[in-house]
Amino acid sequence: MTSVENLVGVESSLDTDTAQDLEDLHDVWLIRAFEEKVRELRVAGDVVGSVHLCIGQEATPVAIKRLLGPDDALFVTYRGHGYGLMRGIEPTAMFAELLGRATGVNSGRGGSAYFIAPEHRFFGENSIVGAGAPIACGAALAGRFDGTDRVAITVFGDGAMNQGSVHEAMNFAAAMKLPVVFLCENNSYSEMTPIADMVGDPNLFRRAASYGMPGERIDGNDPATLRARISDAIAAAREGGGPTLLELMTARLVGHYIGDAEQYRIPGELDRAHETEPVAVLTRRLIDAGCSREALDRVESAAREEISAAVATALVAPLADPATAKDHVYA
Amino acid sequence: MPDTVVDTSAAEQVQLTYAGAVNAALERCLKELPETLLYGEDIAKPGGVFGVTRGLRKKFGDRVFDTPISESAILGSAVGAAMLGRRPIVEIMWLDFSFVAFDQVVNQLSNVRYLNEGKLQAPVVIRTQQGSQPGACAQHSQSMEALFLHIPGIRVCMPWTAQDAYDLLVAAVHADDPVLFIENRNLYNAGKQTIELGGPVQRPGQLRERRSGGDVTVVTWGAMTRCALEAADLLAAEGVSVEVLETPWLNPLDTETILAHVARTRRVVVAHEANVTGGFGAEVVARIVESGVALAAPPKRVGTPDSRIPAAPSLLGALIPDADRISAAIRSLLP
Repeated sequence: MTSVENLVGVESSLDTDTAQDLEDLHDVWLIRAFEEKVRELRVAGDVVGSVHLCIGQEATPVAIKRLLGPDDALFVTYRGHGYGLMRGIEPTAMFAELLGRATGVNSGRGGSAYFIAPEHRFFGENSIVGAGAPIACGAALAGRFDGTDRVAITVFGDGAMNQGSVHEAMNFAAAMKLPVVFLCENNSYSEMTPIADMVGDPNLFRRAASYGMPGERIDGNDPATLRARISDAIAAAREGGGPTLLELMTARLVGHYIGDAEQYRIPGELDRAHETEPVAVLTRRLIDAGCSREALDRVESAAREEISAAVATALVAPLADPATAKDHVYA
Repeated sequence: MPDTVVDTSAAEQVQLTYAGAVNAALERCLKELPETLLYGEDIAKPGGVFGVTRGLRKKFGDRVFDTPISESAILGSAVGAAMLGRRPIVEIMWLDFSFVAFDQVVNQLSNVRYLNEGKLQAPVVIRTQQGSQPGACAQHSQSMEALFLHIPGIRVCMPWTAQDAYDLLVAAVHADDPVLFIENRNLYNAGKQTIELGGPVQRPGQLRERRSGGDVTVVTWGAMTRCALEAADLLAAEGVSVEVLETPWLNPLDTETILAHVARTRRVVVAHEANVTGGFGAEVVARIVESGVALAAPPKRVGTPDSRIPAAPSLLGALIPDADRISAAIRSLLP
């Protein structure tokens, strides 16, 4: 926390909540600056392929940054850059992965939408909607036999709630009382179609009751709220209480993928979303707590500088070696 | 492969059915590899729909358990448990049922090692059974090994004898690659065979020369092996010497040995129960032809015609290859 306090130039110790808000603001900016840089690289053609940014949805990855225990396992989606950064993957290794470099976190094998870093308990993005949920159940199951108190966390979007694999996973976890936390990031769009048009009841969290597990809808843009509720769900799972479903209400401020024309947006929708996105939420609270605008700008600048340095390093790294393309298909 | 010391002095000869051999292999693996789990639909307390896993729940407790009828959850959780250090052996009751969860095989299981450059693996064994049986409907009778053989990263094994059902299942569980292990319910209770338990763990990949002969090579696998051997008997009576190579491992396939045999006979028939188009026979023939080995006649494939599979025995009999069809194919290659 000291570094953030130095950054905003306060002499005496901040109160705990404010210090946490400052750290969260820094982390939100770190993710956002990363994503904005990725967008530049994609538009310039340095990054190729399909890229899904999490701008506007940074609060959940920021909230779970410190919530995972040493044996816990996290499974996310193709919109997963923020989670990778918060699990401690070096931004340079993430950029390098997206840029197809030998120094990428998976030496260029995963790309933007499918990288993995088990050494950080980050068991990967997944480019198949909903596929990570049953896999997370297996991680939780393994903990029952390996002497750990592992909790598995699986993150997916509102659209994934309509996948059979997610239904199977929720029932499987509930039937076996597995320590799984299901986090549904509801950004109101099932890719490019309103989720409300694709379900009979748009209160997705209510499905939890039919599986026999707790379910709750919470604000998905405030790291403090998210931290408290996700932490409760993890504790309940760890203590043998079985799985929980949390529906995290958020908004994606950019397209489903880079290049999405976003013709599905309702007029005024994005303006409203900009008032409640994580930077706005944290900034309001920090100003109320007495931080200066200049101090908060320094937090943003520090994050942007870190990202600029990382991308510069990644851009000069060697390309993934074609001679290795066929390695590791089999043991 | 994990470091396990197998005491081969413990090898013993017993009389077991194919189903009993599978059961014995599972018991051995659960005993010698504490990281194994065994689960699937009706496999624990009921002992399996064909009784193959009977008694294992009692012997190994919570490591053997029943699941909901949820193939995505079964296969997906096996991927996750394997990534976290377990060695799951999961049962898909009929291979036909795996397609509701094909994503977990094609997009998930097969990618773990490659994506992680070998630093993480997913040593899952998917035990299942397939094949036609009179009265079985179209969704309980297909031979679909070729779909899985098209997926790099997944090993595929189809044992025919009780001894191989035992040895190769032990090999599959010890292997660090995911393995699809395809049994056949027609073989489960087709009589006891003398088999040796407790032998050394084999490496995947070897074929079996089930009959030697000098005029024509038949390459086959699974329940079709019996038909090929019957065909060889029929032709022996006509003075034609047919060798039968059974390839219980289809991935890895022992291509080199097949080529060595075909180079000698210069005539080859590949026979399988799966339908012809896109069947693995096409791959075997392609490897033979591409190798440039000199052939005296064009290679021949025998398989089920490209049809849906009917339930009525009379209709089924018109489609599934038998000894007569294999013999006819062999005769067509002779001068």
